[in-house]
Amino acid sequence: MSKFIVEPSPHIRGNNTTDKIMTRVLIALVPALVMSVYIFGIRALYLSIVCVGSCVIFEMLYRRLIKKETEIDPSPAVTGLLLAFCLPVTLPYYMAVIGCFIAIVVVKQLFGGLGQNFANPAITARIVLTLSFTAQMTYWAEPFHYRTGQEALDTVSSATSHGADALSGATPLALAEAGEQVPGLWDLFMGFHGGSFGETSGLALIIGFIFLVLTKVIRSVTPLAFVGTVALGALLAPGESVILHVFSGGLLIGAIFMATDYATTPVSIAGKFVFGVGCGLITLVIRFFSDMPEGVSFAILIMNILTFYIDKITFPKPFGMVRESFVFFKKNKEGKKE
Amino acid sequence: MKSYLKTFTKGIIKENPVFFSLLGMCPTLALSNSAWNAVGLGVATMFVLTCSNMIISLLKNIIPSQVRIPCFITIIAGFTTFTSLLLKALLPDLYNELGIFLSLIAVNCIIFARAEIFAKKNNVFNSALDGLGTGLGFALALFIMGTIREILGAGTWFGLTLPELSEPMVIFIMPAGGFFALGFVIAAVNKFMKKRPHNISCDNCPHKGMCRRGEGD
Repeated sequence: MSKFIVEPSPHIRGNNTTDKIMTRVLIALVPALVMSVYIFGIRALYLSIVCVGSCVIFEMLYRRLIKKETEIDPSPAVTGLLLAFCLPVTLPYYMAVIGCFIAIVVVKQLFGGLGQNFANPAITARIVLTLSFTAQMTYWAEPFHYRTGQEALDTVSSATSHGADALSGATPLALAEAGEQVPGLWDLFMGFHGGSFGETSGLALIIGFIFLVLTKVIRSVTPLAFVGTVALGALLAPGESVILHVFSGGLLIGAIFMATDYATTPVSIAGKFVFGVGCGLITLVIRFFSDMPEGVSFAILIMNILTFYIDKITFPKPFGMVRESFVFFKKNKEGKKE
Repeated sequence: MKSYLKTFTKGIIKENPVFFSLLGMCPTLALSNSAWNAVGLGVATMFVLTCSNMIISLLKNIIPSQVRIPCFITIIAGFTTFTSLLLKALLPDLYNELGIFLSLIAVNCIIFARAEIFAKKNNVFNSALDGLGTGLGFALALFIMGTIREILGAGTWFGLTLPELSEPMVIFIMPAGGFFALGFVIAAVNKFMKKRPHNISCDNCPHKGMCRRGEGD
């Protein structure tokens, strides 16, 4: 065999299959789902079901359209659930379906399907929805609004006509930017504050994180680097609260479930570390210096695009080979030969 | 007669400057956010293109080939100025909407391409037909893009409010949505025209120098 092709990992195959990994991710998302139903009411569950269902259906329809065999595979369900977790609980269902179409058809399948997409489908769909339906996507329900006797209302327009005082909330980051009182540590940690319904509960997400690390689905380096960078930045910046920046917004769900997506993040440990730090820095820049309160989704998308280059720089040296110098260091090539 | 017809129609569909030659992307993406803007710019470009094609064709034996580009640009810029003054007087609203892109017709690559490829080699009548056809193709492409983007992005068409099926997706009138829409329209046109995509191999890949796949053959 003279034809020798160097491919990205894995070279040594374990008995893990895509199905197993995706099922584990789904299991890891269950605590967050339970917490979100507890905090935001049954509509969170309905919205999740709509997203998961439409993602699976879009995947099957598209594969049938281009005459590829349809594999029954939990990965569209993961995409759907992650996308649902990034949505406010009051979002109309059809907007969620549009988001699923963007995630599955535009971002994933048009680029070649599972493992070929260059950006995280759920993150990209969330960004498209945020830019398209800004009013609905930034309408945050108060936690436990369903207990006050008011139903989780279908659309924002009907919500406002019902007197929005029980429903309108703001994310802690938005409150902080406006200089208002932010929720306390316990509320932040448990998720009793406004926000996309799956992202608020730090506790549930950390349980999912521990499960994923223990079952070796993800490596802990990206989430730790990402959250660590944001925490360090918040610590160094004057007048910013570390707890607030870590436990609010989409940081935890982004760091744990989206910055660890296999297809769109670097392969090597060093690359994952660079990826995490990069995400953290971009998040900090957007949170501190832009007029948007939250920047995790944009940070992950930008780093997704840079993944190819991070992989290139951090390509591990095969045993016994001299490291091929990167373009920037080409001058030193003669010196290295000694 | 048939060859005249062919000269006229090839620019509209078969060699559509936007969908097949991918020329004039900048005005296409920037001004197709509403159907009215798109048609306005399309018609203005068509006018400049037809007139400049005719004049260049008339002067083709006088213009020395070494300095043809400055000569072409002078002629094109003349007609652009003429069009822009005309629009300013007659349709001031449209003039304000089009803004800088009206003046930028002077450097529109479609007009240059037609002058260089066609007008400097053909007679006046053919050149006029070619300019009219290509201009119509450009206007048509802009109209399609503008229609799609305005309906999806603003829920209106030529400023008329359409019955509301859903909230408009604002991203379609943003630049990002322009790229989306253009990609989908080109894909649809290729499918419709049964055009096969170029065979994509490692040789054509922009990352050829960096990628390690296929090394060591």
